[in-house]
Order: sequence, then C-alpha cells, then structure tokens
Amino acid sequence: MLRYVLKRLVSLVIALFVASIVIFVMVEVVPGDPASYMLGMNAQPDTLNALRDELGLNGSMWQRYLSWAGGMLHGDFGTSYTYRTPVAEMIGDRLWVSLPLALYALALSTLIAFPAGIWAASKRGKPADLGVMAVTQLGVAIPNFWFAMLMVLVFAINLHWFSAGGFAGWDKFFPAMKSLTLPAIALALPQASILARVMRSSLLDTLSEDFVRTARAKGLSKRQALWRHALRNAMIPVLTIIGLQFSFLMAGAIIIENVFYLPGLGRLVFQAISARDLIVVESVVMLLVFAVVMVNFAVDIAYAIVDPRLRVGA
Amino acid sequence: MSFLKLGTLSAFAIMMAGAAVAKSDITVAMQLEPPHLDPTSAAAGAIDSVLYSNVFEGLTRFASDGSIMPGLARTWDISDDGLTYTFHLAPNVKFHDGTTMDANDVKFSLDRARASDSANAQKALFSSIKDVEVVDPQTVKVTLSEQNGSFLFNMAWGDAVIVAPESIDDIKQHPIGTGAFKFTDWVQGDHIDLDKNPDYWGTPAKLDHVTFKFISDPTAAFASMMAEDVDVFTAFPAPENLPQFEADPRFQVIIGNTEGETILAMNNKQPPFDKKLVREAVAHAIDRQAIIDGAMFGLGTPIGTHFAPHNPDYIDLTGLSKYDPELSKKLLKEAGLPDGFTTTLKLPPPSYARRGGEIIAAQLRAVGIKTEITNLEWAQWLEQVFRGHDFGLTIVSHTEPFDIGIYARPDYYFQYDNPKFQELMKTLNRTTDEKERTKLLHNAQTIISEDYVNAYLFELGIATVAKAGVRGLWKDAPTQATDLTAVYWAE
Repeated sequence: MLRYVLKRLVSLVIALFVASIVIFVMVEVVPGDPASYMLGMNAQPDTLNALRDELGLNGSMWQRYLSWAGGMLHGDFGTSYTYRTPVAEMIGDRLWVSLPLALYALALSTLIAFPAGIWAASKRGKPADLGVMAVTQLGVAIPNFWFAMLMVLVFAINLHWFSAGGFAGWDKFFPAMKSLTLPAIALALPQASILARVMRSSLLDTLSEDFVRTARAKGLSKRQALWRHALRNAMIPVLTIIGLQFSFLMAGAIIIENVFYLPGLGRLVFQAISARDLIVVESVVMLLVFAVVMVNFAVDIAYAIVDPRLRVGA
Repeated sequence: MSFLKLGTLSAFAIMMAGAAVAKSDITVAMQLEPPHLDPTSAAAGAIDSVLYSNVFEGLTRFASDGSIMPGLARTWDISDDGLTYTFHLAPNVKFHDGTTMDANDVKFSLDRARASDSANAQKALFSSIKDVEVVDPQTVKVTLSEQNGSFLFNMAWGDAVIVAPESIDDIKQHPIGTGAFKFTDWVQGDHIDLDKNPDYWGTPAKLDHVTFKFISDPTAAFASMMAEDVDVFTAFPAPENLPQFEADPRFQVIIGNTEGETILAMNNKQPPFDKKLVREAVAHAIDRQAIIDGAMFGLGTPIGTHFAPHNPDYIDLTGLSKYDPELSKKLLKEAGLPDGFTTTLKLPPPSYARRGGEIIAAQLRAVGIKTEITNLEWAQWLEQVFRGHDFGLTIVSHTEPFDIGIYARPDYYFQYDNPKFQELMKTLNRTTDEKERTKLLHNAQTIISEDYVNAYLFELGIATVAKAGVRGLWKDAPTQATDLTAVYWAE
C-alpha cells in the first residue's frame, strides 16, 4: 500500500510541475499588455513604463516564471496586477464561495443519484427504471446555465423565494446556504443524472457476475445480494465519475457563478482574463489543476481501499 | 386608560409605518467592478462610477449636464494673462479619517498626479501646470506654463480628485476622500458599501447607506432588477429588455447621453484610406439609424462629427455624411477603385462594436468594400489597433469627455495629420472667452467632418433602470459617475 501511495505521489508532483510550465507559457504568449489595459487610451509612454516597472513586468520570462513558481511553493502567489492585493488572499476569499458551492452540489448530486441509480437497477426493465432513465436522459441533455436561468425565472423573478444572485456572506449560515442553493441545484442536476446512470449500469454489471450468483445460491435474497456484495464492487466506476465530476464542478462554476453573480473563483478567473490580470489567471488555473490532481489521487487511494487487488497490482 | 393605551399604540403604529416608508438606503448595480479604489491611478471608469463625487471631490466638478461647477474650490480668480489660477477652498473641509483638507492637500494631489513616476492614466490633464503654490491654508495658486482654456474642465475629472498624503499608501483598498459618503466595506467580486458622511462640509446626502453591486452578465442584470434585488442599475447592459421595464409600473427607465462618440475609425495613413475620397465613400456607405436600431435597440443619437450632442457648442453635421450608397460607389470610382477593395475591421468586445460591426460590414459590402472581421479582446485591441496602428477599420466609442483634441495628435491611432487643425487647437487652448471658444469649436467640428477623418456613427446612449420611487439620478453621463449625493426615495 505504501509503495502504491508513493508512486502516485511522484506522478502527482511531475504532473504539477509540467502543468505550471504549460500554464505560464500559454498565458504569457497570449497578446495584450496588462499595463496598457489598465491605463487605457490616454496613457503616456513614461506612465506605462512606470507601471510596468511597478508590476514587475519588465523582467525576462524565466525570471518571472521562477519568482512565480518559487513563490507558490511557500504559498505566495504574488500580487494581483489590477486589484493590487495578494493573489493568495483573493483566492482564499473566493474559495469560501466556490468550495462550499462545489461540495454542496456534489452532495446534492450523490444524494439524488445513489438512490435513483440503485432503485432503477433493482427494478430493471420496469416502469420505475424506464422513468429514471428518461428523467436522467433529460438531465444530461439540459445545459446547466439554461437550467440556472430557468430557476431564476421561476424562483427569483416570479415567486420571490430566492434572490436572483449574489452571496449573503458566511457571517450568517442560513442566508449563505440560501444564496448557494439555486446555483448548487443547477450544477448538481446534470451531474446527478450522469452519476445515476453510471450507478445503475455498474450495479447491473456486477449483479450478473458469478460471485453475486454464488451469493444468491447460498440463499441470499436479491436485495441482500445487492446491498452486501454487488454495491461495494459497483463503486469503482462510480468513484471515478465522482472524481471527474469534482473537476467539472469547478469548471462549470465559472458559468454558474456568472449567471448568479457569485463572488467565487470562477468569476474571479473570468474577470482576470478580460482584465489581463495574468498572475491571477495563472494562479487560479494552477490551483484548479492542483485540486483536480489531488482529487484523482484521492480517488486512486479510494480504489485501492475498495478493491484490494489494485494494491497488489501496483 | 384603555383609550390612552389604544391611542399610544396607534400613534406608535403610525410612526412605525412612517419609518418603514422613508427608505434611506439604496442598492445600485453596475456591470464592472472597480479593480481598485484609487481614481488617480487607473483608467477604469468603474472606479469613478462608484467613487466620483460620492467619496472623492476635486477642485471643480461636473454637473449632470456636463457643465463645470465649483467643487472643493468655491471660487477662483484667473489672472489677465490666463496663466495663474487662484483657487479659494471651502472652509472646514475634513477628510473621512478626520484630518483637515487644506491647500497643502491640493498641492500634494496635483504634484503627485504630474510627477514623472506618476501612474495617473490622464497625466495629460496636468501637463500645462508649471507650479502649485500654497498661499494660505484656504488658498492655492496654480501657475500654468501655457494658457489652457480647458483647465477648470480638466480639474473636474475623477483623475484630478484631491487626496491626502496620510491616506495615500492604502488608498487602493481604503479610499479616504472628502465627499458626502464615506467608504466602509468592499467584498471583492460582490459589493462595495458606503455610509453617509455625518461631517460633510456641503449639502448632506439624503441617503444613509449605499451598496454598489457588480453584475456583469446581461441576463443576470435583467434577473436582478426583476427579482427586485437591486434598486438601480446604471448603464443597463441589455437594451433589448428596456421596453419590458418601461411597461412595468414598478420601474422607471432613464435614457440619456454619454460622452461616448462611437466612430468607425479609419487608418488615415494606410492605403486606400489615405485618400480623402475613399474615406468619404466609407462615410456615405453607412446608414447610422440602421446601426442604432440594429445594434443598440434604438439607444443612441446620430452624430456627424466628434462631439457630444448635449454640449452647447455642438453642431449637427450629419448631413455631410448622409447615407447615400450610390454617391459612395461614385466616389470609389473617382478614387480609382471601381471594384472596391478589401480591408480589415477589428472589433473590441463591447456589443456596440461587435453587433455594429456586422451591420457595417454588410453596408460596406453593398458598395464594394469587403471587410475581414477580427474580434479582439480589449488588451489586444489596445496593442494591435491603438498602439500598433495595425488596422484598416475599427469601431470604438471614445468615452473621454470633450476629447476633440485627439485630432491634433498625428501619432494618435487614426493618424490624422492636419497642421491647420493642430493650430486651431492651440488657439482654443489659449482662449478663455466663451463666445470665441464656441466659434473655434464649431470650426474644429467642421474641419474633421469635412476631412472625413473617421465615419461618425452615434453618441452612445445610457439607460438607467431604477425602481419607480428613486429620485435625483443623473440622466446623462458627462463622466462615468453614479452621483448619489442628491438621490432620495419619493414618499
């Protein structure tokens, strides 16, 4: 097990290093000078130069990469060009919206998907199964921003139950959760649909395997066999999907956060791109890569726990 | 006893009802969030949108119609040679941190803005200042190196507000001004809070509390108004929704003009636009009303020169470049281009440019001018078009107030080089007599219009959507401000 974890850790570090170079180079080669964006059409050359100096934009590309990557190793993400505040602080503030939103959505999606998937699998071919399949088909097909707008129309504009967007702040828990509810549902619905379908098909696959038949032969009821033996083995593909979904949730949040004008990471990166705030873009993207890599790592470890064969295989 | 009790109760109830009606706070939404809160070191209009006149004040200020009013300087004397301005400051003015605002702060602010290492985005406003001298705490003498008829106007810009040396280091996060509101809180990405300044030196604000919210997405902007989450949306970004608000008794729509001359700029140095005939042909190929209707949903006023129609010195020259595709084809033939030509059309992100660009491309194609459209981000546009001069045509709105002077700069991106016009602008700067200035300005507008430097499209409109009870909002936008100092709720 230890060797397995170590091996995964090494590939994780390599992935992060490569990602940092790719991100830096890609963002830096995109045309557009942050200083001229900030100073606009009337800026004079000496003013531009003064600002470029102030922002550290006059150094060579490698100097800037090293200071950025080196700083990140001990938690210093540099200073935002436009906001002029430490990027780490900004990201920290925004994470307090984006992370709870992603977790909320993930919780909702699993809460919906697990029972739905298991129920559909246990009622294979029956109306309940067909119903779940039809609804999830719809859920996969509907784009989440469209669904988000629909919810705003119904629950904010017509019924006035929720506000159309914005974030109430964490000083009060329930108003904060309330402002995250519609966005979380919008994010969760397509995910739940995918997850339910995977859950169902994975369960059906395991249910037809020999060990389940053996369990049934030993006298277990269909339901007992499902809960005690099949479910655990059906979890591998489901875990993969949950891991993947976490990254989708972070990325999907960019759109949803704009629809609901939530002050999260997604909106920050959106603003930063249009303002040429390169250091913010680089840092947020790097952080997202880090999150995805870490989640994959966690999923790998979870595999090994669920399926002991993997530990040996590695 | 019971009567008394009942009486007290009902009196209390009436009081409570009264208190509930007189709303004293407001939530104002706008599309862009300020990057930071120092109006003197960035070009971002969003900074002025929140802070101009609310938090920061200058020596002079813009009124809602664009005219210049006294600000922190209540009166001023101009020497006969027009080179010395003596400003008499308002007495007993305090910054929000309790320190006194006096002549030293004015000197500090002006010297800081014009310093060699200054990051002021409009440094040119201060270029004619030779010296700033403190006469006494209430009096400042500004000496100019050359006459500048726009000096009082320049001092009204947000980039020329008065700041204090004590608060300057932290100004980007904690702005300290002299205005009727003081800054209290900023949750980045979400909102900025202002509170009424109880110690304001002038007419106090009517509102106790102001929240600015930032909603960039046009659909979200619509939803936020309809759900009544916000009370006012300035520069409402979805003109297609305006009729719906106009029809709804809960709301009012205030339509005005901005300082944004929207033009189809031509590269005067790049063939074939170096020929006046070609530029004239382009100008006549364009149907302004079709662009205003098609791209702006009717929001905008046609212009025929680089000047704002609400300015008293404006003259209507749209006739010089009226829509006439046949004339346009004839002019092209005269210019030796009977089959037209192909050029680039580079578009920055705003919808007036993107949507307008499609319509203009179609109109130009009808007379034989083919365009290759490229959509650019702002930073790219600034680099390629504005600084690199790498374009044939582009569409952009010039939002700086009173900026006809750009035509006197031959290195400006459309590269118009006319010594006669440059001389005229110098004369204008030397002239302080209003009548004489009017004559010169009429002349200036005519020269660039007759030279067809650019194709003048329309003055960018601004629509403010507000709840029906809000009073005192600006109609026009002579600068990018949301001046709330006179705003209140009608009973």
